[in-house]
Amino acid sequence: MANIELRNVRKSFGAFDVIKGIDLDIRKGEFMVFVGPSGCGKSTLLRLIAGLETITSGDLIFDGERMNNLVPSKRGIAMVFQSYALYPHMNVFDNMAFGLKLANSTPTETRKRVEKAADMLQIGHLLDRLPRQLSGGQRQRVAIGRAIVRDPRVFLFDEPLSNLDAALRVATRLEIAKLHHDMRDVTMIYVTHDQVEAMTLADRICVLRDGVVEQVGTPSELYERPNSLFVAGFIGSPKMNFLNGRLAGAHGCHTLGIRSEHIDIVDESAIWRGGVIHAEELGSDNYLFVDIGAQDPIVVRQAGKRQIPYGTKIGLRPVADHLHRFDERGTPIR
Amino acid sequence: MTIMDTIKSAGFYLAVAVIVLVAVFPFYYAILTSFETGTALFEVNYVPSSLDWSNYATILNNGTFPRNVLNSLFVAATTVAFALFLAVTASYALARVRFRGRGLLLMTILAVSMFPQIAVLAGLFELIRFLNIYNTPWAMILSYTIFTLPFTVWVLTTFMRDLPLEIEEAAIVDGATPWVIITKVFLPLLWPALVTTGLLAFIGAWNEFLFALTFTSSETTRTVPVAIALLSGATQHETPWGTIMAASVLVTVPLIALVLIFQRKIVAGLTAGGVKG
Amino acid sequence: MTNAITTTARPAIERRQLNLQQQRVRAAFWFLAPMLVMLFLVAAWPLFRSIYFSFTNVTLNNLYAGEWIGFDNYLSWRTLSSGRTIWRGTLVDPAWWNAVWNTVRFSLVSVTIETILGLLVALVLNAEFKGRGLVRAAILIPWAIPTIVSAKMWSWMLNDQFGIINDMLLNLGLIDHKIAWTASVETAMVAVLIVDIWKTTPFMALLCLAGLQMIPRDIYEAAKVDGVHPLRVFFNVTLPLVRPALMVAVIFRMLDALRIFDLIYVLTPNSKATKTMSIISRENLIEFDKFAYGSAQSTLLFAIIAVFVAAYMWLGKLDLSGEGR
Repeated sequence: MANIELRNVRKSFGAFDVIKGIDLDIRKGEFMVFVGPSGCGKSTLLRLIAGLETITSGDLIFDGERMNNLVPSKRGIAMVFQSYALYPHMNVFDNMAFGLKLANSTPTETRKRVEKAADMLQIGHLLDRLPRQLSGGQRQRVAIGRAIVRDPRVFLFDEPLSNLDAALRVATRLEIAKLHHDMRDVTMIYVTHDQVEAMTLADRICVLRDGVVEQVGTPSELYERPNSLFVAGFIGSPKMNFLNGRLAGAHGCHTLGIRSEHIDIVDESAIWRGGVIHAEELGSDNYLFVDIGAQDPIVVRQAGKRQIPYGTKIGLRPVADHLHRFDERGTPIR
Repeated sequence: MTIMDTIKSAGFYLAVAVIVLVAVFPFYYAILTSFETGTALFEVNYVPSSLDWSNYATILNNGTFPRNVLNSLFVAATTVAFALFLAVTASYALARVRFRGRGLLLMTILAVSMFPQIAVLAGLFELIRFLNIYNTPWAMILSYTIFTLPFTVWVLTTFMRDLPLEIEEAAIVDGATPWVIITKVFLPLLWPALVTTGLLAFIGAWNEFLFALTFTSSETTRTVPVAIALLSGATQHETPWGTIMAASVLVTVPLIALVLIFQRKIVAGLTAGGVKG
Repeated sequence: MTNAITTTARPAIERRQLNLQQQRVRAAFWFLAPMLVMLFLVAAWPLFRSIYFSFTNVTLNNLYAGEWIGFDNYLSWRTLSSGRTIWRGTLVDPAWWNAVWNTVRFSLVSVTIETILGLLVALVLNAEFKGRGLVRAAILIPWAIPTIVSAKMWSWMLNDQFGIINDMLLNLGLIDHKIAWTASVETAMVAVLIVDIWKTTPFMALLCLAGLQMIPRDIYEAAKVDGVHPLRVFFNVTLPLVRPALMVAVIFRMLDALRIFDLIYVLTPNSKATKTMSIISRENLIEFDKFAYGSAQSTLLFAIIAVFVAAYMWLGKLDLSGEGR
């Protein structure tokens, strides 16, 4: 429900600056993902929005109202934590109802809202259980349920999937995506270090690095038109290939980036040649690692299943309009 | 090699046996003595030779000993309840709120718990006279606070620090004030720690001697340690070893039982107070 | 906390609103206040008064009639007409220096032996064997017994005529006549040391054990695979790793030993050989009606302990606050 504006937000712990002046608009009902390597300040930024940390300077505005000095419970937010953070001595019902009880909600109203949220997440049959009697996935649902019950205008997720195993992670990711479709008018902010999660969930992604915003945009914008060498390398799997020196100079840039799916294997008209040093077969795709004399082997996605023996010399040709060229400072040349 | 191993393990179990024997024997011998009267008392026995309850009858029926036990119970329980009450909120503040001077405050509290009690004896004596509580249980309850309060604050702070941060933050987002966090969220999680800390503080208060000796003047207001220390026989030169041992066994058995029941927790509490530097 | 660009509305309301951190600090203040008041009342104020008394000549029965006499309780001198100087005060009192010497000797010897024995017991308990839980329970017994009770128990066992210790030693042929352990000047300190070591070694052992159990097992396995001699493993691996835990345990014990009172009061009353600083100051304070003089001695004990703690923390760079974890 809320339009969130950050105006030159800064946060320092003592002499150490963690957030170095961030300007960002998050639209009403949007699913925004903060992504970046560890230590980039993404969690701190989320905690500033939640009110768990105090903003050193700048403004945080929800729907035109300044939030800087408001305590978390008055901001209309709900938060899902990495470790679930359920109250271990309370059963599921009490876990979900705790906030409502503190807000002096009537027992009938409390029960109605808890049951509605529980039905939505299919945990209605677990209401009497204690957290330790639940599986990891169930616990995370309860944590989400506790957040839903608060009927927030902003929903905050702090790496909610990183404690789950791989299979459960995919299932819960889908769950969160569904939640976003069901709660169209709730703004969601989601922190992760996993760019796959970011790409699959986000309406827009905000890439952070060392306390500043590198780029904000839709997943496809970031993927296709990265604003910096850092974003180009961070978004996408496998990582974008980077070529330096002579190989890049041939294309008039300091660093040349090309994604693995934008390289064709050709016999004639090849631009680069080299031997296959390793192949990864993932079933649907094969990735070839080719040594073309660059610093790192270049990764090439090979459609189809033609076996290329180890050591074979092949020719490669990048797709011309998918070349990413960067100058010495890592800014794109367009 | 096998002979060496046998010797090694025999040596090891010998060491274990010696440790256990040395640890347990004095108390075993006290029990033995407590069942002996008359001349049997003055013959050295290594195994029980008589089962005479008269020492226990003497200590329980005559004199002020039962009254002393009640005094000790009252003093120790009140001291501990009071210290825990103050320590729970204080340790929350020390463990979980960032504020300037927190480290210094913690060091001060630790320093107070290591105070030589004799250094405050004169001042406490004046204070107790001034408050007009000399020779009452309140004198002990007040003075015992000097070691129970810092100890409970210190141990509870280390326990409180180990509680997960995210649970507290979830409660903050749910709208819980610090008071609600302590009472509704942390206290239910801290019960084991409270029991341990309370028990250790209780033992400390139960065993205290210097203040109890100094701040009481009549037999009926003494606590157990003072009563046992000053227990005298019919004549000046005859120490009533039988009844002393009976009294000792009576006040020690419940303590040992408690310690054995809460063994693991006590070890955790002791190390929380000590090792986690 | 100043905001240069407060363009949005409601600055007036905001000024009254506390943010989370401010709210928590305020709550922390109120949570700490009762404890601090209490500690001030029972520790800081009495300490201040005790020190104050040491500079006066008050007596037990009239605490408010004394007057300020400066350092006279500590040291004063008067030159007689004959030219001889008479020194007075605690600092030239042989009884006081005897007590200081007794206390230091007792503390050093008892803590050293307790540390070594405690480490040995901890090493035994750290091994896996059947009945380990029982043994651990057994060594808790001396710790759980009140000091007064253990003093009484041992003074019965160390009794010169009927004591079981003399009987054992006679039967083993280690002595040829009964020893008056607690009464004789030569053995009184030994008796006190025996009881104190018996009672407090378990505490040391438990703290050492906790330290030992924090050492990952695979370190030992790696050493075993490499064929390192167990003694070398102990001195090069175990000891350095338990050293921090040991340091803390030693300082706790040392502080305890320096203020020892109850054990000696019961076990060897009035023996010159075991009179410690705590014993002698209480004697003067309460029993001999030299209240101010006793205050001076207790103040000196406090000063000695304070200096010891400061030196230890400075030398050991010890972080007792637990903040560094």
